[in-house]
Amino acid sequence: MWEWVWEGIRQGIVTTGYPARAETAAGVSPGFPSGLPRTFTDPEEAETLAACCPSEALVREGRQVIFRDQRCIHCYRCLRRIAPPQEWRWQGNYEWAVSPRPRAELAKKFDKSFRRSLHLRVIDAGACGACLSEIEQLNKPYYNMHRLGFFLTPTPRDADLLLVAGPVTEHMRLPLLKAYEAMPAPKAVLALGACAIYGGVFGSSFASLGGVSSLIPVDILVPGCPPPPLAILHALLALVGRAEPHRCESIASPQGGESHV
Amino acid sequence: MAQDPANNLRLLGLSEAIAKRWHWQVNVSIDADLSRCYVEGDRDRLPELCRWLIYDLEYGLGSLIVEETEGDWLLRYIFYGEPAGEQVHLGVRFNKKENTVPSISTIIHAANWHEREAHDLFGLVFEGHPRLINIVRHEEWPAGIHPLRQDFDASQPYPHLQVDSWRPNGVVQAPGAFMMPIGPVYADAAESALFLLESVGEDVIRTSPRFFYKFRGVEKIAEGQPLDRVLLLAERFSGTSAFAHSLAFCQAVETICQVKAPARAQALRVAFAELERFRHHVAAIAGVCNSTALAVATSQAGILEEEALRLCGSLLGHRYLFGLNLPGGVACDLDDRQIDVLSSGVQTIFRKLERLYNLLRYSSSFLDRLEEVGLVTKEQARDYGLVGPIARASGLARDLRKVLPYAAYGEVSFEVPKEEEGDGYARLRLLFREAEQSVNILGSLLSSLPIGEIAAPDLALKPGAALGWAEAPRGAAFHWLRIDEAGVVRRYHLTTPSFTNWHGFHFAAEDFAYQDFPIILASFGLSNAECDR
Repeated sequence: MWEWVWEGIRQGIVTTGYPARAETAAGVSPGFPSGLPRTFTDPEEAETLAACCPSEALVREGRQVIFRDQRCIHCYRCLRRIAPPQEWRWQGNYEWAVSPRPRAELAKKFDKSFRRSLHLRVIDAGACGACLSEIEQLNKPYYNMHRLGFFLTPTPRDADLLLVAGPVTEHMRLPLLKAYEAMPAPKAVLALGACAIYGGVFGSSFASLGGVSSLIPVDILVPGCPPPPLAILHALLALVGRAEPHRCESIASPQGGESHV
Repeated sequence: MAQDPANNLRLLGLSEAIAKRWHWQVNVSIDADLSRCYVEGDRDRLPELCRWLIYDLEYGLGSLIVEETEGDWLLRYIFYGEPAGEQVHLGVRFNKKENTVPSISTIIHAANWHEREAHDLFGLVFEGHPRLINIVRHEEWPAGIHPLRQDFDASQPYPHLQVDSWRPNGVVQAPGAFMMPIGPVYADAAESALFLLESVGEDVIRTSPRFFYKFRGVEKIAEGQPLDRVLLLAERFSGTSAFAHSLAFCQAVETICQVKAPARAQALRVAFAELERFRHHVAAIAGVCNSTALAVATSQAGILEEEALRLCGSLLGHRYLFGLNLPGGVACDLDDRQIDVLSSGVQTIFRKLERLYNLLRYSSSFLDRLEEVGLVTKEQARDYGLVGPIARASGLARDLRKVLPYAAYGEVSFEVPKEEEGDGYARLRLLFREAEQSVNILGSLLSSLPIGEIAAPDLALKPGAALGWAEAPRGAAFHWLRIDEAGVVRRYHLTTPSFTNWHGFHFAAEDFAYQDFPIILASFGLSNAECDR
């Protein structure tokens, strides 16, 4: 087995410097469309741009087009359909976490006790697999969330935070509720990706609820389809008060942020 | 979809043989452009036609598609052959007032889950089916509600029953027998599924899985939607094989609208599909290493997986290759510099992967955990119509890229690797060998990409229906699509490799030691998002 020890040493450290340093490697994040014209002289032009967005991330308000990152699914149809078409360019951003409540309330939840150690339980509530794959990356050398005190735990009874991905299918409603109720207080919920925020491309339908917030209260959300590992890491840090959330605003789900629990 | 004169001859011979044998009883037509023979017959003829196709001509069952028209049920059984480049579609039409049809599950096991699904979603009764119970709908659904029927309103949230009544049914009857449930919430970031392990002590005797926890009703919510919306569903219902599924969908649209993607788009599609296969296989290898708790190997494979993801992300804008396919072509071109970055990037990752393989195959403690674990024999694989790396690891070299070539696969040369043992180690070796083939395809393709447009200029929508297919990283995927004059989707049916292969999973999970379960699961490497839809 010595070869494996040697192999590990030979490889050296690949882990990102984030959060101490910004990560600049290409391809760590899909990024949001940037460089789109936002103000138009003709409201119809604005409407044309907004209409090409399949997820209502672009909304026309008068002669302006507003971008709502919570709803963006990185299809880049907006960039490719404007004249002249723009090619995708990475803007080096991944700090996307949104807090649905004011900053002060977010910090209150966990106080200071969880700053250095937080246990997470992942619930797949109908995710496509890409979100889950990005969570797995967090556990692997490039991101290695252990170094920051974040650990995956196999049982909700040991978990402080529930990471929920997917639009919450009807068949996963009960397992999700049971997992949430099994957690000790204080507990928090992270809605991971467009599906968990508002249902994503699946929306709310006969088979899925269209977002986690229609079932249990959400404390922080990460936009993206899927959110890259660094965006998830940023949200975790923001939750325990070690980073600032990108914004504080209510959830863009069709039902609003109401909880039934 | 290349037209091969030998294919056409075979097609003609086939249609003549059927017409002669079932004179006056069936209608036979052939479509030489699609290499497809369509046979429409009476319900009562179905079993003997199936038996003849499967046992005499050695076709495999690809899928069963149910369509509901004004007054009729239309069932379409899709057969495709191993060495041959043609498909046989067997159509059965009968009045909607009736809902019974003879089951073919007793002839071919592969039909079992397809029939159960049709029973569940449409309320059809397959007479003679050995176990016609629900598969998709869980206990939250009231009896008699079939969500894929036309009269079911899918736009509204459906008031499901708020019940917690489901209890597993033990099969093993012995003193001390007990059942160990695993799931639906289990392990680190595992997908939701439930496995019931029945045991009388140390060894697990049998495993019964329960799926469709992630049923999002993709096929139903696609109905009534325009094509560009359904494209998003097609690529995002299974994020880890997004490109392959969006490709199958786009090819179905192109067949309906009689549009051909330009040569450069066809070649780029092959390049992206192989890039996805490569990344998927590296991730699957990481999963197998992780299941045996070999930490350094897991880390190494994890590093390679992230490098592949970054390569995709930096060149194509999305780490999981979302948003690249369009009906009629692709949305994103590669310039010369990007092509160099891609081919050298893939080569670099592959060299490290080879190094990992050489370390793994001399680690005896690792091999001990994989060898003779999770066995699937060739006969079982054939009976259950298994596809993809799992079938190929059991000696069944079945690959749509060769059998029914699409995009530019007819023009590239590659091997379809095959292993005979059908155990966990054979499946792992196969992943490495397929990754190598993907790298070779990328190498030869990227050095000689055709020049030209990357998308057909305009797509004139036509009403119609067609089958699109692709060899996804986990195996054969078939997308059946019907659209109307306005380009609105009327029926969308997905046959995914995970659905097909989970059906045969219980063979691998029989009579094993409990601690081998994660290894069997990882060596299958299937996705529930892909299965449940």
